[in-house]
Amino acid sequence: MPATEPYVDKGGVSVKRREFLLATLGGAGAAMASQALRGLGGAAAAPQKGGQVIVGLSQEPTVFNPLKPHIEVDRGVHMCLFDALWRMNPQGQFVPNLAAAIPTVENGGISKDGLQYTIHLRRGVTWHDGAPFTAADVEFTHQFIMNPKFDAATRVGYDGIASLTTPDPSTVVLRLSKPYAPMLALWSDTYIVPKHVLGSVTDLNNNAFDTKPIGTGPFTFGERVAGDHITLEANRTYYGAGPYLDRVIFKYIPDLTVMFTRFQTGDIDVTGIQGITVDHFDEAKRLKGVTLHTGPTNFVEYLWFNLGRPQFQDKVVREALYLGMDKQSYIQRIYYGVPPDSESYLAPSSWAFNPNLPKHEYNPEKARARLEEAGWKVGADGIRAKNGVRLSFSNSTTAGNKVREQAQAFLQQNWKAIGVDMQIKDMPAAVVWGDYFFKSQFDSVTVGWNIWGEAGGDPNVLNWFGSGYIPVKSGKGSNTTQYVNEKMDRLAEEGVSVVGQEKRKPIYRQIQAILREDLPVLPIFYYVNIEGTKAGLQNYQQNANLVSNVWNANAWWWAK
Amino acid sequence: MGRYLMRRLLQGGAVLVGVTVIAFALLHLAPGGPLAMYTLTTSMGAEDLARISHELGLDQPLPVQYARWAANLVHGDWGRSYRDSRPVLVDIADRLPGTVELMLASLLLAIGIGVAVGILGALRRYSIFDYLATTGAMVSLSIPTFWFGLMMIFVFSVTLGWIPSGDMYSLGRPFSLVDRLHHLVGPVTVLGLVLVAPWSRYTRSGMLEVLYQDYVRTARAKGVPAPRVVVQHALRNALIPLLTLAGVQLPMLFGGALVTETVFSWPGMGRFFVDSLGYRDYPVLMGILIFTAVLVILGNLLADLLYAVVDPRIRFG
Repeated sequence: MPATEPYVDKGGVSVKRREFLLATLGGAGAAMASQALRGLGGAAAAPQKGGQVIVGLSQEPTVFNPLKPHIEVDRGVHMCLFDALWRMNPQGQFVPNLAAAIPTVENGGISKDGLQYTIHLRRGVTWHDGAPFTAADVEFTHQFIMNPKFDAATRVGYDGIASLTTPDPSTVVLRLSKPYAPMLALWSDTYIVPKHVLGSVTDLNNNAFDTKPIGTGPFTFGERVAGDHITLEANRTYYGAGPYLDRVIFKYIPDLTVMFTRFQTGDIDVTGIQGITVDHFDEAKRLKGVTLHTGPTNFVEYLWFNLGRPQFQDKVVREALYLGMDKQSYIQRIYYGVPPDSESYLAPSSWAFNPNLPKHEYNPEKARARLEEAGWKVGADGIRAKNGVRLSFSNSTTAGNKVREQAQAFLQQNWKAIGVDMQIKDMPAAVVWGDYFFKSQFDSVTVGWNIWGEAGGDPNVLNWFGSGYIPVKSGKGSNTTQYVNEKMDRLAEEGVSVVGQEKRKPIYRQIQAILREDLPVLPIFYYVNIEGTKAGLQNYQQNANLVSNVWNANAWWWAK
Repeated sequence: MGRYLMRRLLQGGAVLVGVTVIAFALLHLAPGGPLAMYTLTTSMGAEDLARISHELGLDQPLPVQYARWAANLVHGDWGRSYRDSRPVLVDIADRLPGTVELMLASLLLAIGIGVAVGILGALRRYSIFDYLATTGAMVSLSIPTFWFGLMMIFVFSVTLGWIPSGDMYSLGRPFSLVDRLHHLVGPVTVLGLVLVAPWSRYTRSGMLEVLYQDYVRTARAKGVPAPRVVVQHALRNALIPLLTLAGVQLPMLFGGALVTETVFSWPGMGRFFVDSLGYRDYPVLMGILIFTAVLVILGNLLADLLYAVVDPRIRFG
C-alpha cells in the first residue's frame, strides 16, 4: 500500500477489501479466500446505521485526557474519542488519521538525514464542539506534554524534538536534535488534544476536560457512571468512515467468569481486553449466535530473570533452564494449546521479525550435562550449586491468575528434574509490579510484555535491554532484567538512529539473534486474545498492533 | 442526655483520629504502591515513575505525608483519586445512590422476611416450620454468595430469561422505573436472603424471651386478642436487640456488598473499595475508611439512643 495515498483509511471496510484482493490475486488457499469473502460480504452490503454496542471490560476506564498517565483499558476510550496523526493497521502499516499522508523519505516527508519531518494534515476536520482542527493543535499537544507543570505519562521521545513549527494551518514541521526512527510510532500513539479548550485552563492536571473530553474521533463523550459504564455517542460530523452505531458503551465487569456469563446471556456484545479466558474457550465454541476471534497478539509471555542474581549470571544456567523447560506441554496442558510458541520479543507479523531464530528444544538430559560440565554439581539436598551459589530462586507473578499459577507449578517440576529449585512467590499486582519489579528486587517473574506495541508499533528495545536503562542503576528505563551487553547497546542505539524500515531490519534481526543466543529472558509464547462478539456485529477486527480492539469502532455496524 | 451525647461525640472524634493514623500507616506500610498500575500497561520508564511519584508526594517520609493529608482534610480537602483524579468525595458520592438502592432494598427484604419468620418461629417453637426456618437461616448464612449469585443468574437469566443478569438498568435506554425494579430482583434476592438469617434469629430469641414474661401472660389472661399481644406487648420489647443489629448494619447500608456487586455488575461501594485497594489509591481508601468509621460510630450511638426511646428503663447519665 503506498503510504502517500491519502484518505485511504475508511475503517475496516477497505481493509477487508484489500485482504480479498490479496487473497484472490495471490491465489491463496480456499480457507483464506472464504474468510476474505465473508469480509467482502460485509463490505459489499452497505453498512446499516443504528444500534449500540456494549463492550464488557474487566477494568474500568477512568482517564480521559490521553496525555495523562493511564492504563491499557483507558486507551480504548481514547481511540474512540481522539485521533492521532496516524495509526497502525492490523497488517503493521501506518495509515493516516489526522495526517493526510504518512511521511517517508521517498515522499519527502522525512529528510534524508532523518532530522526533519514534514507532516501535511487532513483538511476540514472539526473538534466535537465544532471548532476547526489545525496544526496549532498538534503544536499545542507537544507543548502540553513538555510543560513541566503537566504530569505527562511520558516525555521520552518527545524530548528529542528540538522544534515543532507550523508554517501554515495544515502543515507541521518537526526538527529533531538527532535521528530517532521510532518517531512515527511515537506519534501514532500521541492523541491530539484541542488547544482552544486546554489552552486556557489554569490547572493542567485537573480540569473540566478530564471529565468532559473533546476530541476529533468518531465518538463523542456521553457520560461516565463511575464504577459502572461509559457511554460514547456517535460523532455525526466525523471526517472518516462511519460511525454507523448510535453509541458505544464500555461496561465494567471486573470478574471474568461473570463477564463470560453475561456474554452468554447476550447482555454484552463484545468481550474486551482480557476477553474469554482459555478455560472457557471450549464452552464458548459451543455458543450459538456469537463469533469468536482468536488472533495472536504481540504480547509475549516471558520467564524474566534478574541477572543481578548470581545464579543467573552464568549463561549456561539460562541455557539449561531453557532446555529444561517443556515448552510444548506448558502450552498444551496449561494453555489448552491455544497460543503459538515464541523465540523472539517480536511477532511474525512485525516487519522486523527474524524468522531464522533457532527453535527451542526440550532436552533435560542435555540441560543436566551442560550444568554438570560448567561445574554446577548436585548437592546433598538434590539442588545444584557452584562456588556456594545454589541454583535456587523464586518466581513471582500476580497472585490469583489461576492459569499462570498452574504454569509456575509445571515449570517448578520441569526444573526440579534438572536439579534446580524454583519457589513460587506470588503477590498482588500492586506489590509485584511496584518497586519489587522496577527496582529489580525479584529473582524471576512470569510476565507478558508487548514491547512492540508499547512503543507504538516499533521494534525499539533500547529502553528494555540497553545497559544505560537499568532503573536501579540509572533511575531510568525498563531494563529490570539488568542485561548488560556492549554489542546490544551499540545495535539498539543504531536501530533508533537509522531511518527507514529496510535499513533497520538487519539491525533488529541481529538484536533478536543476540537475545535468543544470550537468553537474558526466556520467551515462551505469544498470547492469543480470545474475544467474542455477537454474530450480527460487522467489521470487528482484532489489531495486534494496538492495545485495544475498539480501534475501528467507527466501522462497526449491525447486520439486521 | 446532652452531656452524654457530648461525651460520646468527643469519644467518637478521638476514635476517628486514631483510625486515620492507623489506616494511613497500614495502607502505606503494606508492600506495593499506586505506580504499579502503570508498570504493566504502558511504556512508562523508571524516570516517568519517579517524576509522578514526586508529584504525588510519595517520595516524602510517611509522617510528612500524613501531616500533609491531615492538614488538607481539616481544610475540607479529601484529596483526589490517583486513578481518575477526581475529588475523593465526588467519587464516593457517585457510588452512594447505587449502593443505598441495593442495600436498602435488600435490608428491607431481609428485615421483612427475617422478623416475620422469627415471630412465627417463636410462636410455634419446635414445629416443623421452626426447624425449617432454623435450617434455612443456617444455609443462607453459610452459602457462598458468589456461587449463589451465579446460580441465580444461570437459572433465572441464562436458562429461563426471567431476570437481567446484572447492571442497575438497561444500558443506553431511557429511564424506566419498571426496568430499575426488574434489575433489582436478582441482587436483592441474593443479598436479602444472605442477610435474613441474623434478623430471623435475633427476632426469634428476643420473642421467646418476652413471650413467657408475666406481663404477656397477664395480657393474655385479661383477654387481649392474640395478634395484639404479639405485636404490641411482646414485639415492642423484643425489638431492643434488633436495634443493636440495625445500628451495626447501618454502615453496611453505605458500605455496600462486594460479592453481590461483583456478580451482578453493580457499581457499589464494596467494589469501589476493593478496586481502590488493588490500585493502592490511598486518598480514596482513606476517604472510604473515614466515611465508614463515621458511620460505625454514628450507628452505634444511634442504637444506644434508641434504646432509651423503646425501653423506658434505660436512662443516660
